[in-house]
Amino acid sequence: MSEPWGPHDVGGQQGAPIDLAEHDTAYWEWQIDAMVRLALKKGLISDFAELRDGIEHLAQDDYDKCTYYERWAKSLAYTLVSRGVISEQQLSNQIDAVRARQEAEVAA
Amino acid sequence: MSDHDHDHARTFQADHAEPTSEGARVGLALRELLIEAGHYTPEEERAVIAAMQGASPRDGGRIVARAWTDPAYKERLLANGAAAIRELGYELEPYEFTVMENDDNTHNVIVCTLCSCYPRSLLGMSPAWYKSASYRSRVVREPRKVLAEFGVELTDDIDVRVHDSTAELRYMVLPQRPKRTEGWSEEELAALITRDSLIGTQRAFRTE
Repeated sequence: MSEPWGPHDVGGQQGAPIDLAEHDTAYWEWQIDAMVRLALKKGLISDFAELRDGIEHLAQDDYDKCTYYERWAKSLAYTLVSRGVISEQQLSNQIDAVRARQEAEVAA
Repeated sequence: MSDHDHDHARTFQADHAEPTSEGARVGLALRELLIEAGHYTPEEERAVIAAMQGASPRDGGRIVARAWTDPAYKERLLANGAAAIRELGYELEPYEFTVMENDDNTHNVIVCTLCSCYPRSLLGMSPAWYKSASYRSRVVREPRKVLAEFGVELTDDIDVRVHDSTAELRYMVLPQRPKRTEGWSEEELAALITRDSLIGTQRAFRTE
């Protein structure tokens, strides 16, 4: 078999038995889903290929440990930072704010 | 609503853990930045979520039932899936849509090995296993073994065709109409159709 193109290129590899368990979608996952759709609708990204491109650029380790919508989130962040829609600094400040808020809620 | 009710409501929020993973925080932070900058509003977000939650395999089932009962429609569906699906009033995203028909000697199954492309506007949210590395890697290598894990045992005289979706081309399986359903209404037939039968991880239907 030829070398994989990237972490996403899993077709034909060996793998574990398939886990048939269903899972429901958490609300934050729906929110990421909606964010990507709205980013597309508003022209912040040009098409789904751009989202896919961002996912395919994740490091193998990052790809493996992220869940499906975490990959979407990271891909969209990567694209919007590289397009200058938001700055890396803004994003990292906001991530800090989210973390601080969550930790305060746990402590409360 | 009083403050008291609000306190009670909080205890019902724990069905899902707080998304504290690094990746989820990236998503939450990004969402807040985009809303704050006015790129979209929470109302738009809710409308998009409601629309996506409204799609379900029942929609795919209606299309199959129409094809089972209307040979001319079935012909159009197999020739140009997207156009035939729009005929029934469904909004599809701008991609090609190909419907693959099962018969006595053919079984079709869909996958997206590279990502997890899925006809969500017709089938709703994809199942977790469809997005799993195991399904994506193995179904193209050993489809009969994978299908057996879903309870689909295929005899050697049935060819298996695996269709690998892309962002621009989606697939749906047209299952075989079960025997002894002559005279069933389109609605009764539609009720038989399951999500997995449209993906190809189910072949037979319960008709009793």
